[in-house]
Amino acid sequence: MTMQTFTAPAATREATRPPRHSDQRKRTRAAWGFVAPSLIAIGLFFVIPMVSALLLSLTDFDIYALADLNSLRFVGLDNYQNLLGNALFWGAMKNTVWFSVLGVPLTLAVSLAAAVILNARMVLWRPIWRVMFFAPYVTTLVATAVLWNYLLHTRYGIINWGLTSVGLPAVDWLGQPSTSIPAILMFVVWKTFGYNMLIFLAVLQTVPDELYEAARIDGAGPWKQFRHVTLPAIAPTLLLVSIISVAAFFQLFAEPYVMTQGGPAQSTVTVLYFMYEEGFKWWNLGSASAVAFILFLCIFAITLIQLWVSKRLGATS
Amino acid sequence: MKLKPRVIALNLAVAFIALMVLFPLAWMVSVSFMATGEAATFPPPLLPDSWTLEHYRTLFVTQGMGRYLWNSFALATLATLLALSFTVPAGYAFAKLKFAGRDRLFQLLIGALVIPAQIGTLPLFLMLKGMGLVNTYAGALVPWLASIFGLFLVRQYALSIPDEMLEAARVDGATEGQIFRRVVLPTMQPIIVTLGLFVFLGSWNDFLWPLIILTDQSNYTLPVALAAMSREHVQDIEMMMAGSVIAVAPVLILFLALQRYYIRGMLAGSVKG
Repeated sequence: MTMQTFTAPAATREATRPPRHSDQRKRTRAAWGFVAPSLIAIGLFFVIPMVSALLLSLTDFDIYALADLNSLRFVGLDNYQNLLGNALFWGAMKNTVWFSVLGVPLTLAVSLAAAVILNARMVLWRPIWRVMFFAPYVTTLVATAVLWNYLLHTRYGIINWGLTSVGLPAVDWLGQPSTSIPAILMFVVWKTFGYNMLIFLAVLQTVPDELYEAARIDGAGPWKQFRHVTLPAIAPTLLLVSIISVAAFFQLFAEPYVMTQGGPAQSTVTVLYFMYEEGFKWWNLGSASAVAFILFLCIFAITLIQLWVSKRLGATS
Repeated sequence: MKLKPRVIALNLAVAFIALMVLFPLAWMVSVSFMATGEAATFPPPLLPDSWTLEHYRTLFVTQGMGRYLWNSFALATLATLLALSFTVPAGYAFAKLKFAGRDRLFQLLIGALVIPAQIGTLPLFLMLKGMGLVNTYAGALVPWLASIFGLFLVRQYALSIPDEMLEAARVDGATEGQIFRRVVLPTMQPIIVTLGLFVFLGSWNDFLWPLIILTDQSNYTLPVALAAMSREHVQDIEMMMAGSVIAVAPVLILFLALQRYYIRGMLAGSVKG
């Protein structure tokens, strides 16, 4: 892969005159004209909803308030308190944590392995594989989730056919709580590993060949080369990608919605799924906003912890 | 040759990953052409006994697939045009035109990138309900106008436009609007394709927001319609696969045709960011 620089063509003419004051004013006015539509849209459809979400989470906005705003009351932190006492909410938190704890290392391992393999010079048709491995990432999530429902089908699925043909028992992947999360994770890893792989590949390409050469002369095998040359080179990227991945796993929604509808026995209800049901099935918009805020705080806290850990590791090594 | 086994092992590993990645997609296409009930046999058949277009016909004639396809296509196209016309001028201005508070404003926007958009979903829904935009195209399009990521992407690219080029046009007496149209837009063509592709694919594949805002079946996009159908037609494997092919094929072809723009933009947005 060649990393082409992503820049505009060079200037063809030189400036001959410094700008005058009236020019500067005109330019400022033009600048505001250029940014205004975008800033207004961001203000209206991003900033205001964010702030309102916080306010909404402090009210008892429900289906009655939807019909008549006069029944809306300010309830302080009641929504948060109720959620912390709600077993279903804790179940959703627990499932989401499981998805991340299993899913993040799994995607990182798969995508890093694929990147290291594809980075080897001896591999044929590398540019083609690079695009092919990434392709599932751009496919329509709902459509490929439906597809994986059939790959995971207990009786007719290709995965169980593979298992039984090597003498293993068939698994009721999406039908029992103990395998529903791993089954959905198989799909998620298949769909998303190409994204991280491309990022890893781009960084691996910046590692100079001389470093590997030197390691080889020192008698380092493939594993030692990976451990002492590759890993240090990609450590900052590994952190970045792990942050992106945690945030992504905390926002799982369509996968359980399509594949399991949160089941079996609520085992795949994620926080976002819980928020969707609370908000748009039961119309408890106040409580659902509180869920959204807790979700945000979790993602934010995890990001901070990851940054802190990496700083500590950076300081000691 | 000492290297030979390693070369073979590596290429075998690549072939194995390729099989894992591509087999599901190939199988989806194959099953969509099988006769009803053929996929529900064990062991799962790889290719249809006799190829049939029956399920595609059913989808378009009795399931309203044409309508969903049109909704997805129209929304993705409109989202792309709107997002570009809002974001490209703004991204350029943030990079190349000076105005009071520019850099602080931009830092604030970048900081806001860590906030997941889903948090504002509920108030945004209430807002649009107040404006009478629930169950309309306009309501579905609104989030695409406010793309901070797009702004960031365009700005990064516009930074590399040489100031001398803009100055030269100013010396020639061009207004800022003329400079933007005649000098800036042509040099920004690659990033415009990249961002347009991101928005088109993003809108086409989006699920949560259209699920919430498009309440009437006649307005469903392909993902929303497929999700609803998959609950009703669990047993109709072949028809569901045909529906999935209809949803996936357009974006997959578009991506493969323009993959260079997509991948470059993706790396510019994540590695350098």
